[in-house]
Amino acid sequence: MNLKTLLKKLDFMAECRKYGLEFWQCPNSLFLVMGIIIIVAMITTYFIGIRLVDPEVVIITVCSVTVVLLVIGHSLVNSFARVAEANRMKSEFVSIVSHQLRTPLSALKWSLDLLRSKRLGEINGKQKEYLDIINESGVKMIKLVNDLLNVNRIEEGRFAMMPKLFPLSELIEETVKELKLMAEAQHVELIFKNHKKNSDVYADQEKIRMVVQNLIDNAIKYSKKEGGKIEINLDIDKDEFIKVNVKDNGVGIPNIAQKQVFGKFFRGDNLIKQKVEGTGLGLFIAKGIVKISGGDMGFESKE
Amino acid sequence: MSVAAVKIIMDKKILFVEDEPNLQKAITEVLVQEGYKVFGAGDGEEGLKVAQVEKPDLILLDLILPKKDGFEVLKELKADEKTKGIPVIVLTNLEGVGDVEKALTLGATTYLVKANYELEDVLKTVKSQLKE
Repeated sequence: MNLKTLLKKLDFMAECRKYGLEFWQCPNSLFLVMGIIIIVAMITTYFIGIRLVDPEVVIITVCSVTVVLLVIGHSLVNSFARVAEANRMKSEFVSIVSHQLRTPLSALKWSLDLLRSKRLGEINGKQKEYLDIINESGVKMIKLVNDLLNVNRIEEGRFAMMPKLFPLSELIEETVKELKLMAEAQHVELIFKNHKKNSDVYADQEKIRMVVQNLIDNAIKYSKKEGGKIEINLDIDKDEFIKVNVKDNGVGIPNIAQKQVFGKFFRGDNLIKQKVEGTGLGLFIAKGIVKISGGDMGFESKE
Repeated sequence: MSVAAVKIIMDKKILFVEDEPNLQKAITEVLVQEGYKVFGAGDGEEGLKVAQVEKPDLILLDLILPKKDGFEVLKELKADEKTKGIPVIVLTNLEGVGDVEKALTLGATTYLVKANYELEDVLKTVKSQLKE
């Protein structure tokens, strides 16, 4: 470890600066100050105790130190509230911006739909090509805005679910059918093996569809471009939970990045090199949905 | 399509309550091309007024509107004998489950999230609604 990274680790204010908090509003610095005061106070009291035999002096010193610590403790509690508030403001900001973006994005999309439908007259090849490009970008922006809104809902715990009983195997079959063309276009083989007759689960069907789509979509995107193979298995595990795994033979995720796979905006180094598209929010949302539905999600990878 | 069928479509009136003029324009364009008569309103109060005067066959309603929001408009439409029977398609970018449920409880027929639907999908929904 060089000196620079060592200093970075010692910079206890770094996190607070991100939130715009000053020294006296930062929990990390307040803890440090409290620690120093306690140590100094204990040593001083010790010396006062052995030099002056008068017990009143010791009591008064201890009391005044306690008062100082109480005041700092109070600011400490306040500072946590400030951090929480800063975090809430950030979420709210993202939510408002995303909502506000949706209206102009809808107008953009519908105007493009109108042009591309040729209801306003014929468009020539080159024009169509560029309209398609604008459309593709528009669709991507809407996807990003939708993802951001979903992330917000998951973080604030108001991602509402409308659960019902449905067979998970059918949902996977449908999704596989939908994505088969995309897989074939990239020379990736897509296989679904259902090891269990009854695969009924109680969850929000459309949200779980998002999860399954995301997992298979990821597997296709990150598969080998030639000879790629994706296997989806549905089985029951020892705790009587339905277990679905999606296995690909793609680039894999480096060990150091494996902790962050389910984090926000995750893009593994290997993936960036391959220039794979995506918002980096899919797995965060997918895991959020599965967790809220009472399940869990994990992964294994060889680099 | 027979002449009689065309006549029926020509007679259908649609009211679109939406405060974003660009959105209103695109939808109106398509609906007019399809042979519908389209009335636009830019806020909730105007929407209610047009609904009472024109008695449209279908209302497309945004939820976030100036003067009177979509929920209030929906409530008043359903409370008025003259406009009670008109089907209402909510066309909005609000999609909290609470919003969807509230709109449907208040009597909306269908709920569409603008950003997630293509123009042709909206047209399809309008057509199937007017066929019933």
